[in-house]
Amino acid sequence: MSTYANKKGFGATIWDYLTTVDHKKIAILYLISGGLFFVIGGLEAMFIRIQLAIPNNDFVSAGFYNEILTMHGTTMIFLAAMPLVFAVMNAVVPLQIGARDVAFPFLNSLGFWLFFFGGVFLNLSWFLGGAPDAGWTSYASLSLHSAGHGIDFYVLGLQLSGFGTLMAGINFLVTIINMRTPGMTYMRMPLFTWSTFVVSALILFAFPPLTVGLVLMMFDRMFGANFFDVAAGGNTIIWEHLFWIFGHPEVYILILPAFGIFSEIFATFSRKRLFGYSSMVFATVLIGFLGFMVWAHHMFTTGLGPIANAIFAVATMAIAVPTGIKIFNWIFTMWGGSVKFTVPMLYAVAFIPTFTMGGVTGIMLASAPADYQYHDSYFVVAHFHYVIVGGVVLGLLAGINFYWPKMFGTMLSEKLGQITFWTFLIGFHLTFFIQHFLGLMGMPRRVFTFLDNQGFNAGNMISTVGAFLMAFGVLVMVINIIITSVKNEKVGNDPWGDGRTLEWAIASPPPFYNFKQLPLVRGLDPYWVEKMEGKKEMTPAEPLGDIHMPNSSILPVTIALGLFVAAFGALYHMDDKSWTLPIIIVGLLITFGSMLIRSVKDDHGFHIHKEELMDDKDKGGKA
Amino acid sequence: MKKRLHKWRLIALLGIVGLVLSGCGEPFLSALKPAGDVAQSQYDLLILSTLIMVLVIIVVIILFVVVLLRFRRKKGDETIPKQIEGSHKLEIIWTVIPILLLIVLAVPTVVTTFDLADTKAMDKKDKDGKTKDALVVNVRANLYWWEFEYPDLGVITSQDLVVPTDQKVYFNLTASDVKHSFWIPAAGGKMDTNTEGVNKFYLEFDSKKAEDSNNLFYGKCAELCGPSHALMDFKVVPKSKSDFEAWAKDMKATKEPVVEGDVAKQGEAVFNKSCIGCHAVTPNDSRPEAARQAPNLSTFGERQKIAGVLDHTEENVKNWIKDPEKYKPGNTMTGTYGELSDSDINALAAYLLELKVEEK
Repeated sequence: MSTYANKKGFGATIWDYLTTVDHKKIAILYLISGGLFFVIGGLEAMFIRIQLAIPNNDFVSAGFYNEILTMHGTTMIFLAAMPLVFAVMNAVVPLQIGARDVAFPFLNSLGFWLFFFGGVFLNLSWFLGGAPDAGWTSYASLSLHSAGHGIDFYVLGLQLSGFGTLMAGINFLVTIINMRTPGMTYMRMPLFTWSTFVVSALILFAFPPLTVGLVLMMFDRMFGANFFDVAAGGNTIIWEHLFWIFGHPEVYILILPAFGIFSEIFATFSRKRLFGYSSMVFATVLIGFLGFMVWAHHMFTTGLGPIANAIFAVATMAIAVPTGIKIFNWIFTMWGGSVKFTVPMLYAVAFIPTFTMGGVTGIMLASAPADYQYHDSYFVVAHFHYVIVGGVVLGLLAGINFYWPKMFGTMLSEKLGQITFWTFLIGFHLTFFIQHFLGLMGMPRRVFTFLDNQGFNAGNMISTVGAFLMAFGVLVMVINIIITSVKNEKVGNDPWGDGRTLEWAIASPPPFYNFKQLPLVRGLDPYWVEKMEGKKEMTPAEPLGDIHMPNSSILPVTIALGLFVAAFGALYHMDDKSWTLPIIIVGLLITFGSMLIRSVKDDHGFHIHKEELMDDKDKGGKA
Repeated sequence: MKKRLHKWRLIALLGIVGLVLSGCGEPFLSALKPAGDVAQSQYDLLILSTLIMVLVIIVVIILFVVVLLRFRRKKGDETIPKQIEGSHKLEIIWTVIPILLLIVLAVPTVVTTFDLADTKAMDKKDKDGKTKDALVVNVRANLYWWEFEYPDLGVITSQDLVVPTDQKVYFNLTASDVKHSFWIPAAGGKMDTNTEGVNKFYLEFDSKKAEDSNNLFYGKCAELCGPSHALMDFKVVPKSKSDFEAWAKDMKATKEPVVEGDVAKQGEAVFNKSCIGCHAVTPNDSRPEAARQAPNLSTFGERQKIAGVLDHTEENVKNWIKDPEKYKPGNTMTGTYGELSDSDINALAAYLLELKVEEK
């Protein structure tokens, strides 16, 4: 197996990635597909901003605009932000806790393929009669009213990728609980691992309500159930609750990993341990917990009554406290440190004021009576882009720049990275700052156009200019990635020079078994502890021995593919077509057949023998 | 670095110019120009929360700038800073102070939440079942048009909401097809019109502020409801108490439309053949809700806009009747009245523009 890294043909590489169960390769799969969907979602955003550049524009039609806005939101949240978060988690978490892989490598691969096929399914709607057009929230009365199959693509596509997400969440929970290396106690875990841990718990509790909502919607649309049909005694407010019981934790599922990434970056490039580590952990857990208590602040205008509104207003405000703790801890991590402005650090530094602004508008929104004005206006659009782009996307860009050498063994260009950073950041503020005022001036969100003489013209134009600047920044980043990959200048274990945690103690990229010998952790920031004692590498916690590894498998792809096929059958089944039932059956046969094979075939994995590992050392470690 | 600062300044300048240009929005539309007590109390909360938040931002920015200036790594500096675990004193400070700030905001938030939800006046009925001392309007939102029913006055109108100034106006909100949201930014925040149940709230319209905006406010649908969501506008016409009472009397008195001129009469005939199945032309429409499938047209000649968005001209009436789909995609009128000849449409337009309640 140690000859694995030898030059392979293109087909073999593809096969390798299709069958891989290695967390590092799955991270790359998540990164590529998430990046692709990010670009698609970004193009949709550009369509939106071009359409809204001037009043009464007819760049796109009204119905098509609604499809674009729905797919922009859905794609960015479910198909771009989530997989990119999973990319960083997969690439980093097992290394940070000194594990050789995640707890369930097969499940990890299955999770990815379910997400991937779900995302592809959703996007195929563009070519098969129109995309969903009821917004990413898909409120029930409108989505039941919506003609065509758009909403069915939404329901089935998200159901499919949601299963994948749930699996990934469970996998990380088990991994972090069970697979920490000796000495890696909970209170020595890096903050990124902590946030992954909390986020996985959030996924475990937040995705089932979404699944339930989607199932009810699916029954309504496909089998004529009446869960949301008011005329038949249904209730659409139930959908709103189910969606937001999932939807609010979802934004914490996205932002907490970003917080984790920034915590690593601040400590690394300040050469200082994280200020107030234990309160940071506490704040992360508290945010995760409170995240489930505030969903109804998305529904202040639904008419829940003053008691519910008041309670949820105060609960929402409470979240500001742990978030504030984090902001100040980050600032004081830099305080007294030796701060180096690499590209990841630039993102981290820019994140503080940007996210603070998004946070404070969150508090403004929490004030229920004032929210009656902000709700569903461009003020809200500005707010959530400040937290999601200013928090999650800056975090992902920082994380991708930071961990690129660990994932690919080569550094992204700092110079091009700075161009991306400045254009993206300036473009971002230009696009979204003005939208606060547009909202307050009376512009509702999700409008495909606006009439002249309402005072919206200048603000929208500025916003569109900013969007082009952001697009330029992303373009430079793509160029940066291509140039870097072509040059492929290899770097060592700790390319930033100031690495503190375990992932920087091994080669970049790490060998497929990660740690030849599990490392012994002797404190917070274990690699830093060793470095400060003048050592070059970790002290092993075990003698060199055989390493047990899982076998690759194509079954995750076939399981996911089967459901993907069956979903097409289900989608067209309501049209009374004769071919749909066989398609559903074939799809489910593929899925359950694959699961059967998985169950009856004994797969004990394989061992890398001690002798091979010794050989590796002479060659200086390999991927 | 110099160059970069230059760029920054230019962009900041552009941003400021943009802000000044747009000001705080138009008085007939902007939540920043409150035109009534409800909007004012929400505006006050906005200002209070903004002040608190600006305070927080200033503290963060000061610390942030100090850090960026003082603790930059010099080239070749290999010293290792002191590793500090944390500071209980500091951490308590930045836990307690935010809590105090939030309490300052939370108290007026809770009080205002209950104040704005106080619709008890709607429940006080006299022996005829009419609301005692409050004006109630039943708002029904439909795919891209609004119906306003005054249950105690027994009149119905559409698209233009007429309200008395300087008193509380109570609303019953509901939707007949999909969820919409009823929003008059200048007068106060929005409330959803759900497909199930009725939401209640009230607004107030200040007479002086109404004058500032030429006695006209813009209303919007604030919940995505389909292709023409952006075009689901309505207008609010505030009138003094006496003017409002006069208007209500006129409305009540209008039984059958009376039109003059041959063309208009011809239009009436076309209307009675093709349109009357859905549209009523008298404000005293006693049919049930489900039968009222289209906007009541009894005040069509006095409307502010055609179909909520087009300027009120004869040309636009004709254009609208010719091809409603072009102006409001996804509307429910398209294709329900067959082919009309150009002369039919001309006659219809003449007839519709004669439909007035007040100016007779």
